[in-house]
Amino acid sequence: MCLRARCLLLTALLLAGCSSIEPWVKPYERAHLADPIMSFDRDPVSGAYMTHVYQAREAARGAEGGHGGGCGCN
Amino acid sequence: MAPRADTVVAVAVTRQVTGWLAGSALLCCSLLIRAGVLPEDRADALYHSYEGGGVEITGPSLMVLKKFGQNVAVSGNYYVDSISSASIDVVTSGASAYSEDRTEFSGGVDYMHNNSIMSLSYTNSSEDDYDANTASFGISMDMFGNMTTVSMGYSRGWDTVMNNQDSSFSRDLDRQNYKLGLTQVITKDMLLELNYEGITDEGFLNNPYRSVRFLNPDGVSYGTEAERYPNTRTSNAVAIRSLYYLPYRAAVSGEYRFFDDTWGIDAHNVKIGYIHPLQGGWTLEGSYRYYTQKAADFYSDLFPYQNAQNFLARDKELSEFSSHTFGVKLSYDFIENGWRSIDKGTINVAWDHILFDYEDFRDLRVTTALPGEEPLYSFSADVLQLYVSVWF
Repeated sequence: MCLRARCLLLTALLLAGCSSIEPWVKPYERAHLADPIMSFDRDPVSGAYMTHVYQAREAARGAEGGHGGGCGCN
Repeated sequence: MAPRADTVVAVAVTRQVTGWLAGSALLCCSLLIRAGVLPEDRADALYHSYEGGGVEITGPSLMVLKKFGQNVAVSGNYYVDSISSASIDVVTSGASAYSEDRTEFSGGVDYMHNNSIMSLSYTNSSEDDYDANTASFGISMDMFGNMTTVSMGYSRGWDTVMNNQDSSFSRDLDRQNYKLGLTQVITKDMLLELNYEGITDEGFLNNPYRSVRFLNPDGVSYGTEAERYPNTRTSNAVAIRSLYYLPYRAAVSGEYRFFDDTWGIDAHNVKIGYIHPLQGGWTLEGSYRYYTQKAADFYSDLFPYQNAQNFLARDKELSEFSSHTFGVKLSYDFIENGWRSIDKGTINVAWDHILFDYEDFRDLRVTTALPGEEPLYSFSADVLQLYVSVWF
């Protein structure tokens, strides 16, 4: 099977899989996730400052995260 | 040859700036990449202080984020580093302590459409001998019943490196960052986050003031020459983070990150944390972080002779070392249930104590030892943050 056919098959399988995914944590079960203590970056100004402190003194950089967290519910 | 008295004046500066720019990009993205729901209106006023290794850096950071309508949020950040340095690099070069300021402005716009958020941000940082501009774009999307958030981002930076000792000196540095992120609800008590970031740099990457040292032919003394770095660097970092809500109202967090780059450096860090809301609006946090890295291929504390290789570095941030950070933070909700137009307000104090241990960077303040036999350098630093946050 050529590479393009494999990619198409993989994409089709992924899409088929996505369409059948049901949220296994229901919106009414997300009270804990919505708590402010469940945030990856509760205080962004403080978090950015600590990232700065480390980046100025370490060779490593990137993937510091800080994409929110919480319940993901509107 | 003795080091020039003024050569190391801005040793920390270049790294500080690039580090802060990346941090600012993170700030903008962290504010703006949260799919499906715009961040709350808030304002933060922070005073920061770093003291360690002969360096003292203080200053404010002010941030405001405000929504306009249901779909647009605008944010702005003003940040200052006031630096007073008598670091080991400055002291051992024979230079006197110096002071300088760095000022940074950043702004961002966030637009939400259905379950997606698109963000644009721009940052400018300026100081006497370094100017940096960064533009960032990010997009994120909630999917699978808001169980999953996928994000990606791209940043482009244009820096100009100058030299306070040579007004004709000006070099460019271009930076590009590529980010991918995934946040996943695992259970009703657990969140997982995966991040990747690739960064490419092209241009003048070394410090115009810094020198390396080499052993003189007599074997008992050393000379110095300007450091030389490659003109390109590409790095990759991947990180996994998790938050878990305990059976009582508290949470534990964990983090691991792996980093490598084309300079031969690889690094690992782990962090664990615990956050516990107390009675009366108080919240207590504690954390521990361990970091370790290998040296760059072209790093040496003492080169065997002058011009020993094409690229030369003796920047301790490129050497092999490890660090331990112990952190504690106390927050108090001084407005819990709203007051006039303010929904909530907190006052926070955070203290981090960092221990740095270098494996191949020697303390040249000790002049009685033969070159290469000086004691290894180590130091500790205290990082203090005081800040007020209000949501309105």
